Amino acid sequence: MIINHPLLGPRDSAEFTYMGDARLINRPDWQADDAVAQFTDYGYLRDNPAGAHRELWFHEGGDRSWLVVTRDTTTHEITNVELARDVARAEGRSK
Amino acid sequence: MRYSGFKVIKEALTGHRGWGPAWRDVDPQPAYDYVIIGGGGHGLATAYYLASVYKQSRIAVLEKGWIGGGNVGRNTTIIRSNYLLDGNEPFYEFSLKLWEGLEQDLNYNAMVSQRGILNLIHTDAQRDAFIRRGNAMILNGADADLLTTAQIKKRYPFLNTENARFPIKGGLAQHRGGTVRHDAVAWGYARAADQRGVDIIQNCEVTGFTIENGTCTGVETTRGAIKAKKVAACVAGSSSRLMEKAGMRLPIESHVLQAFVSEGLKPLLPGVITFGAGHFYCSQSDKGGLVFGGDIDGYNSYAQRGNLPVVEDVCEGGMAIFPMLGRARLLRMWGGIMDMSMDGSPIIDKTHIDGLYFNGGWCYGGFKATPASGYVYAHLLANDTPHETATAYRFDRFAKGLMIDEKGQGNQPNLH
Ligand SMILES: Cc1cc2nc3c(=O)[nH]c(=O)nc-3n(C[C@H](O)[C@H](O)[C@H](O)COP(=O)(O)OP(=O)(O)OC[C@H]3O[C@@H](n4cnc5c(N)ncnc54)[C@H](O)[C@@H]3O)c2cc1C
Repeated sequence: MIINHPLLGPRDSAEFTYMGDARLINRPDWQADDAVAQFTDYGYLRDNPAGAHRELWFHEGGDRSWLVVTRDTTTHEITNVELARDVARAEGRSK
Repeated sequence: MRYSGFKVIKEALTGHRGWGPAWRDVDPQPAYDYVIIGGGGHGLATAYYLASVYKQSRIAVLEKGWIGGGNVGRNTTIIRSNYLLDGNEPFYEFSLKLWEGLEQDLNYNAMVSQRGILNLIHTDAQRDAFIRRGNAMILNGADADLLTTAQIKKRYPFLNTENARFPIKGGLAQHRGGTVRHDAVAWGYARAADQRGVDIIQNCEVTGFTIENGTCTGVETTRGAIKAKKVAACVAGSSSRLMEKAGMRLPIESHVLQAFVSEGLKPLLPGVITFGAGHFYCSQSDKGGLVFGGDIDGYNSYAQRGNLPVVEDVCEGGMAIFPMLGRARLLRMWGGIMDMSMDGSPIIDKTHIDGLYFNGGWCYGGFKATPASGYVYAHLLANDTPHETATAYRFDRFAKGLMIDEKGQGNQPNLH
């Protein structure tokens, strides 16, 4: 698979480490009343769809940036690549 | 019909006209006591033990394709019980004992071959870990044998023990481990279950569950609705897709694992060997092909085919221990979808929906578990309590911090 890195252009997926569902960006609030239940879900439950999947790839053998890759799990076709930083900011995760 | 040597000779002399189909081709009934979803090894074994050991009846196995078309027919056929943790080892040893009596029990030649499995040791730390594992195995009634490099050289003279990077410093052997003809396991259980009245219904995909007031009362399928007192999901790599229809999210990611077979060679590998410094395992089939594999590709996939970086990685692992592998040509390779769980161990439990049960999360190691998985799942279905060897395989172990993590990797499924 070739991942079209937003900064570096097309890179071999073997340079990356796969880190799972991109929903992991949304870490629950540790002060919420049901924080334990939320963290259990966050830590252990996954959607695991057959089809489009948004997932985190870490460019470990490259510039060490985190990407959000949209990929079809039935064909491995990649349709969108974003910097995880941009995705997180757009969702109001960090300033 | 009983299979026997006498029957083979009789049929040979009479033109092989007396063999019937091994199981009936039936249409689904409107209602059953037990509906098992998934005609893989585990689903068929569950049906067989429900009927034979737990004396239940009105059982159906629903399979969306043909039985044996899933992972049970795609794996590298290795059986063993060399686990470390208390939650696992008694279960896998129970499974190995069931394998030992399987062919007589089913009256089917599944080619169970206890040719032994050898895990190679390359560092001092690894030796310590393997000694500990061997002791845990022995404490649980399994067999384990720590071999020196000289003992290994005797059995496998071609191994590269002097590799500067990965010298072979010994190995942990389980002589009762080995291989089994995978398709025959599916066929043998199907035939034996059918003989005990189980309906095996192929080309019947479950598309939804009928859930009324928190109780599951049946399934919707491509061949109509079927009512059931108990519904038992058993679909391995498709677990998340199926349980989503009951509104459940699982502690599982689906990943692809590849397997490889070389051209046929003369007898060379008497047992199963695993490389301990990378990930590579290999055995030789009775047809002569070297059957080998290694790591999963490492990303979510339902594609049943993998990518080239892992092919290279697996072959490098092989070349590190027996360089002659480089002279053999690859004949076939394929992929299967693994239900990778968050701690690398399976789940066999009731769900929060009454009447709906779940068996899955087998990762890349569920073939060896087939007999025990079927047995303990049948126990759970018949009695509503877990079998004594499967008490740890609960859904709530993640919330309670009771993970069964053999490799100590944490909740990163692609590392298990
Ligand atoms: C390449 C590879 C190598 C492996 N090597 C080993 C090994 O050496 N040793 C080992 O112990 N394990 C190994 N495994 C793992 C092992 O094969 C699996 O863990 C095990 O086979 C899973 O259980 P099963 O046989 O019931 O699964 P499957 O055979 O996959 O059965 C599940 C069935 O459910 C059906 N199904 C899915 N969805 C539906 C639906 N909605 N309705 C009806 N039916 C449905 C599928 O069609 C399938 O037939 C390997 C796996 C692979 C892919």
